[in-house]
Amino acid sequence: MFDAVFVGGGVIGLSCAWRAAERGLDVCVLERDAAGSGASRVAAGILAPDSEAEPGHDPFVPLAQRSLDLYPEFAAALGADVGFWPCGMLSVALDTDEAEVLRREPGFTSWLTASECRRLEPGLSPLVAGGWLSEQEASVDPRRLVAALADRVDVREGSEVVAVTRDSVTLANGESIVAGRVVVTAGAWSGFAGVPVRPVKGQVVRLRGERPAERMVRSEHVYVVPRRNGEVVLGATVEERGFDTTVTAGAVHELLREGYRMLPELAELELVDVTAGLRPGSPDNGPLLGEWEDGVLVATGHYRNGILLAPVTAETIAALLVGDAPHDVALPFAPERFARV
Amino acid sequence: MNLGGRDWGSRLIMGTGGFRSLEQLEAALVASACEIVTVALRRIDANSTGPSPLETIDRLGLFVLPNTAGCYTAREAIRTARLAREAFATDWIKLEVIGDDRTLHPDPVELLSAAETLVAEGFTVLPYTSDDPILARRLEAVGCAAVMPLGSPIGAGRGIDNLHNIRLIVESAEVPVILDAGIGTASDAAQAMELGCDGVLIASAISRSDDPATMATAMRLAVEAGRHAHLAGRIPRRLHATASTPTAGLPDL
Repeated sequence: MFDAVFVGGGVIGLSCAWRAAERGLDVCVLERDAAGSGASRVAAGILAPDSEAEPGHDPFVPLAQRSLDLYPEFAAALGADVGFWPCGMLSVALDTDEAEVLRREPGFTSWLTASECRRLEPGLSPLVAGGWLSEQEASVDPRRLVAALADRVDVREGSEVVAVTRDSVTLANGESIVAGRVVVTAGAWSGFAGVPVRPVKGQVVRLRGERPAERMVRSEHVYVVPRRNGEVVLGATVEERGFDTTVTAGAVHELLREGYRMLPELAELELVDVTAGLRPGSPDNGPLLGEWEDGVLVATGHYRNGILLAPVTAETIAALLVGDAPHDVALPFAPERFARV
Repeated sequence: MNLGGRDWGSRLIMGTGGFRSLEQLEAALVASACEIVTVALRRIDANSTGPSPLETIDRLGLFVLPNTAGCYTAREAIRTARLAREAFATDWIKLEVIGDDRTLHPDPVELLSAAETLVAEGFTVLPYTSDDPILARRLEAVGCAAVMPLGSPIGAGRGIDNLHNIRLIVESAEVPVILDAGIGTASDAAQAMELGCDGVLIASAISRSDDPATMATAMRLAVEAGRHAHLAGRIPRRLHATASTPTAGLPDL
């Protein structure tokens, strides 16, 4: 019998399983489709606690910061190149209206003039009106990350779970698996367990070629994530469209137009891939980390930050599974805040 | 407020765009005490089950006013309105036909043409229009149930750029005038109501504020304050002071 079974083999399920196994537990990940075939495959892999901070969501920053701090060791321990790159993030305004918005961001530090921005990134359009820099922010390649994780844990692909209890799961084929604990890590599909999580669609474009920037660059409308291997990711839309994953002409047009407006050299790159994924959104956009109803453990609702929050999520779930107290930063994300009365 | 043949207790209509989370949307909707909420057919999934902006709106018992945001031609807008009628089982449509991305100003020619067609098809048409009094009159003439002029461009938050035009629209309209777009803060909403608008539609000013629920409360109070001020009738502006206590008739001691 497994000590823990994880329902859903995206970056969260795989990370949690790996860290739990490292703490001596016998674990297994049940994945309906293929490992990492959901939001993890689409995500850009931005690790940005400063740039992703939003007003009115204060506990996010310490959680995200801890996860970023855990990342170097997390990536190194996997023993594979997952594209981790602490390259920093330059947030830019393309006109004075956007400048005003940037200055009000919770993570804002100090203003860089247009010339300072363009000295850092000469590929930036002369339209740039200024910006701010987060030097600590990093990126990772989510596709390589899930592949590395999947190599390190027992993943059963093609295993669709239809029901869960504290210590058992029922598969679509009628088979039951009994385990010490069950952890739902099914991202946008976690709703089957009664968790208040909904799909929030995001469309992402992948390009390849000469690097247009030496760090991540974003404007109000788009972000551009360059990688050391020549991949360049542009994202992302935020759409309330249910489980729809259609790639639309309008979204691709807008991402490319806004990317090109910010970094004109993008026009010369090869267009490789356009995908739509479903982020798991909770009512407050924060993750649910811990015990849900009837003793089922959950780690879902990571919204735009599943890749960033994987290390701290894995640390938290592994601690709960072995009976340790989770780190303080995770406490505000206990699922009980959404308990149905 | 009577709008589309129905009486409404609130003169504040809310848009759902730009909220950072479902929780903030819900808190703002409650705090605003609005009864009508507009949603973009193209930006939601009308059939989803489980948590969603629509589920939140339904649970609060609010009236869903679908809109045609994102349409650039009359044909697109008409098609979107028909889809909205199917999806929401309502004849009400907030008609938006946008002229360009940079200003998000309405395209008046496409708007009027779409309005005429949709009225003929039995829709209750609430058109988002520029602040042109002649266009407002034409929209009314083709049978729109209200006119919804912009105060300033969508998301600009500048309040009312052209007070005179809004006043002219209010003066001649026989249908409700709802200021739609441009409100930045509570005093802008109060000003619209003081000018005689029947209601205001607010989205970004609430959803993109640091604390949407508190801003929604501010807007609710501002709309009420402005409405009362309008009904009470403001005193004339004068160059010189006038003592609030009359001096005539005082006993000569």
